[in-house]
Amino acid sequence: MNLDYTELLHAFLPEASLIIGALVVLGLDLTIARQHDAATRLTTSVWIALIALAAAAYHSFHAGTGGDAFGGVLVLDSLTRATRLGVLVLAGLTLALAPGVSRLRHPAEYVAIVLFATCGFTVMAAAQQLLVAFLALELASLSLYVLAGYDKSRRESAEAALKYFLFGGMSAAFLLFGFSLIYGLTGSIEFGEIAQQLSVMPANPLLVVALVMVLVAFGFKAAAAPFHLWAPDVYAGAPAPSAALIASASKLAGFTLFVRLLWVGFGPSAGAHSTVSAPGWITIVAILSAVSLLLGNLAALAQGNVRRLLAYSAIAHAGALLLGVIAAGRSGPGPLFYYAATYGLATVGAFGVIAVVERSGRCQQLTDLAGLHRRSPLLALCLLVFVLSLAGIPPLAGFFGKFIVFAAALKLGGLGTSAGWLALLAIAMSAVGLYYYLLILKQALVAKPAAAAGPIAVNAWSACALVAAALGLLVLGVLPSLLLRQF
Amino acid sequence: MNALPWTIYLSFAGAALALVAGARSAAAARGVALVTALASFGATLYTAASFVPTKGLQTIVNTPWVTELGIRYHLAADGISLTLLVLTGLAATAGVLFSWNITERTGEFFALYLALIGGVYGVFLSADAFVLFVFYEIAIVPKYFLIANWGSTNREYGAMKLVLYSFAGSALVLAGLLWAYAAGGGRSLALADLATAAASFSRPEQLGMFALVFLGFAVLAGMFPFHTWAPTGHVAAPTAASMLLAGVVMKLGAYGCLRVAMPLFPVGFAYFQPFIAWLAIAGILYAGLVALVQDDFKFVIGYSSVSHMGFVLLGLAAANSQAVSGAVLQMFSHGVIAGLLFAVVGRMVYERTHTRQLADLRGLPLHRLMPFAALTFVLGGLASMGMPGFSGFPAELTILIGTWKTSPLWATFAAGGVLVAAAFTLRVIHVSFFGNTAAATTCAVPDHPYAPISWPEKAGALLLIAATVYVGLKPDVLLNWITPALQSPLMQAVLKGGQP
Repeated sequence: MNLDYTELLHAFLPEASLIIGALVVLGLDLTIARQHDAATRLTTSVWIALIALAAAAYHSFHAGTGGDAFGGVLVLDSLTRATRLGVLVLAGLTLALAPGVSRLRHPAEYVAIVLFATCGFTVMAAAQQLLVAFLALELASLSLYVLAGYDKSRRESAEAALKYFLFGGMSAAFLLFGFSLIYGLTGSIEFGEIAQQLSVMPANPLLVVALVMVLVAFGFKAAAAPFHLWAPDVYAGAPAPSAALIASASKLAGFTLFVRLLWVGFGPSAGAHSTVSAPGWITIVAILSAVSLLLGNLAALAQGNVRRLLAYSAIAHAGALLLGVIAAGRSGPGPLFYYAATYGLATVGAFGVIAVVERSGRCQQLTDLAGLHRRSPLLALCLLVFVLSLAGIPPLAGFFGKFIVFAAALKLGGLGTSAGWLALLAIAMSAVGLYYYLLILKQALVAKPAAAAGPIAVNAWSACALVAAALGLLVLGVLPSLLLRQF
Repeated sequence: MNALPWTIYLSFAGAALALVAGARSAAAARGVALVTALASFGATLYTAASFVPTKGLQTIVNTPWVTELGIRYHLAADGISLTLLVLTGLAATAGVLFSWNITERTGEFFALYLALIGGVYGVFLSADAFVLFVFYEIAIVPKYFLIANWGSTNREYGAMKLVLYSFAGSALVLAGLLWAYAAGGGRSLALADLATAAASFSRPEQLGMFALVFLGFAVLAGMFPFHTWAPTGHVAAPTAASMLLAGVVMKLGAYGCLRVAMPLFPVGFAYFQPFIAWLAIAGILYAGLVALVQDDFKFVIGYSSVSHMGFVLLGLAAANSQAVSGAVLQMFSHGVIAGLLFAVVGRMVYERTHTRQLADLRGLPLHRLMPFAALTFVLGGLASMGMPGFSGFPAELTILIGTWKTSPLWATFAAGGVLVAAAFTLRVIHVSFFGNTAAATTCAVPDHPYAPISWPEKAGALLLIAATVYVGLKPDVLLNWITPALQSPLMQAVLKGGQP
C-alpha cells in the first residue's frame, strides 16, 4: 500500500483546524484569560472556536470529492463534504447558544470539548475503515459523555452523564465485538474489501451475529428503539447546549457513518427488499425503524416534560432516518442527509429556545413554556418554526425531508416491500406526531404566562443563532435543491 | 390570468406585514388585512372580467422547482378554479370585516388569517400535486391557533380535533400521492403526468390509491361519518375563522376530490362511486336531522354545513357534467351562505347577547332588538333552504337533476335533505329571532340596548347577500365558467368512467 502522508494531511486539514482551535482555547484560558470573569472567558473561547469551525469548514469545502484517500482509509466524496459542513454548522450554532444560556464553571474547557466532539464527527463523516470509524465514534462519544455531565450543580446532569456513559460503553463493546467478528470473517477492516469478501462468502451464522452486534450498537448510538432508554434521561438532564449537540450533529455524523458502513461495507449482505426469506440487515433495520416510529410517537404523547418529549420525538425521527438508510441503497444518501441535517437544525433550535428560557427559570415541564408569546415574541416565533419543522409542516424543511425519504422508500418497489409499508406507517405516525408538537405550541403561543413569569431577555448570540437556524429551515424547505444538488 | 398568482403572494406578504404592523397598533393590522384581502379579491375579479372559459386549464406559471424529484412550480386555472378563487376573495374580505372587533393580539390574528387564505388560494391554483399538497398543509396549521387563541366554547378541544382530523386526512392524501408518484417511476408530480402514469396501474393499485387520496380529501370536505370535527371546530372558532372554515376550507377537500382523486384514478372512482354517493346522502340527511335538534344556535349552522357539503359530494359522485357543475356551484353558494349565517350567529348575535343557547334567545325579541341581523339571517336562511332567487336554489337543483340522470334513487333520497334543511332553518329562524314575544315581556330583556350593528358588519353582510342574490338570479355566469372546464381530457375521464 502506497501511503502518501501529504494526502492524509490534506484530508485531515479540517480536523487539524478543530484541534488547533481547541488547544488555543485551552492555552489562552490557562494563561492570559485567567484574571477575567467567566463570561468574558466564555465569549473569547466561543469566538476562537467559531474561527476554528470556519477554518474547518473552509478546508472541508476545499478537500474536494476525489474519492478514496490515504489508501482507502478515508473517503472524500460529496457525502463526506456535506456531512462535515453540516456538523460544523450545527456545532457552530450549539456554541453560539452557550454564551446566552449557561453559567458553566469551566467555560473554555466546555468549548474545547465541543470542538473535540466535532472533530470526532468530521472523522466519522470521512471514515471508510472499521478502526478509524470506531476511534472517531469513541472520540465523539467520550466528549459527549463529558458534555452531558458538565453541569455539576445539578444531580440530573450527573445522572444523565452516567447513564449515557454506561449505555454508550456497552454499545461500544457490542460494536467492537461485531467489528472483530467481521475482521475474522473477511480478513479486512476496509469497507471496500469487506464488501468484496462478503459477496463471495457463503452464508455464515457468524456473519449474522456480527451484523446484529453492529446494528445493536448503532441502535444505541442513534437512540433507536428498543435501545433508546438513555435518550429521555440524557435529553432531560444534560445542559441544553450539550443536549442540542447530542441530538443534532452527533445524529448527522452517526447516520453518515452508518449508511456508509452498511451499504459500502456490508452491501452484499443487505438482503432483498421484498422478501424476508433472504435475510440480511435490511430486515433488522426495518424492524428497528418500525419499533422506533411506533414507540417514539406513542410515548411522546404521554410526556409532560418538554425535553423528554423531544427525546421521544427524536426516537421517532430515528425511525424515519433508518428508513432513509434502507432507501439509500437505490436513491443514494441524499434524502437521508437532507432529513438528518434539517432535523438537526430544528433540534438545535428547539433546545436553543429551551436553553434561553432556562436562564430565567426552569424549563423542564411543558407548562414552563406557558405564555412564551408574551414573555418573548422572538423566541415564540422561532419555536413555532422549529416545532413545525419537526412536525413536518411545509414550507419548512422538515416537511420536505419527510417527503423525500418516504418517496425514496416507496420507490424501492411500492407496497411490495417492507420499506413501502414502513413509509405508510411513518406517514400515519406523523399525524400522531402533530398532536404532541401542537401541545408544545399550545403552551408557547396560546396559554397565558404564569403570574411570576416576566419577560425573557434574549442576548445577541442566542438571537443570531436561533434566527439563523429558523431562516435555514425556511430557506432549505422552500429551496431543497440547495442541498440535494450536492449529491 | 397573470394577476392570479398575486393572490397567493399578496396574502403571505400581508400576513408578514400584519404581524409587524400589529406590534404597533391593532388598527394598522386591520388596515393591512383589509387592503390585502381586497387586493386579492380584486385580482380574482379582474381576471374574471376577461376570462375565456373555453380555453380550459390555462397555465400561468410553470418553472422547475425541485429538479431532483421532477417537481415543478406549476400554477394553472380554469373555470372551476376561478369560481373558487372568487369565492375565497369574497369570503376573505367579508371575514376581515367581521373580525373588525378583534382587539387581542390583532396582528397575530390577521397574520394567521392571511396565511390561511394564502394557502387556500394556492391550492385552487396548483396544477402539480406537490404544490397543491404544500399549500393544502399550509392552510391547516393556522386553523389551530385561530381557534385555540380567539375561539369560544371548548376552543382548545375543538381546535385540536379539527386540526388532527385535517392533518390525518392530509396524511392519507400524502400516502396515496407518494404511492402513485413512486409507482409511476418517480419522474413527475404534475397532475396531468400522474394521471397518464396511473392509466397503467393495476386495478388494486388504482383502488388503493383512490381510496387513500379521496378519503383524505373527503375528511376535510366533511364527508359522513368523518364530519364530526366540523361542527365542534366551527362552533369553537372565532367568527371569521368559522366563516372561512365552513365557507372555504371545506371546499378545499371537495376541490381535492374533484381535481386530484377523481381524474387521477378513474378506475378507483368508478368502483367507489356508489359508496361515496350513499355516504353523501347519509351526510345530507343525518346532519340535517341533527341540526334540527340542536340547542346551540351555532351548532345548527355547523351541522347545516355538513348537510350542504353532502350535496357537493353527491354531485361529484354522480359524475355527469350537470351534477359536477352543480357541485362546484354549490361550493360557491354554500361558501357565501355559510359565511353569512356564521357572521350573524357568531358576530352580530353572540357578541351582543353573549349567549347562543336557543332556549335563552327564545325569550329575547331579537327581531326588534337587532332588525338588521334578523333580516340578514332570514335572507341567509332562505338562501340556505334553496329558495329561488338565491344561489342555493340553482346549485341544489342542478345537483339533483344531474344526480337523477345517474341514479333516480339517489336523487330521491337527497331531495329529502332539502325538506330537512327547510325544517331546521325555519325552526332556528323562528326560535332565535321571532321567539316567544309574549314571554319577552317577562324574560330578561337587557336593561341597556345592544350596540348598534357597526359599518364593517353591514358592509360584510351586504357583500355576501349581494353575491348570493346575484348568483341566484344569474347562475349562468358561474356555470358558463364551470361547464367548459369539464371538457378537459382529465375531467372527461372521470365523467366517462363514472357512468354506471
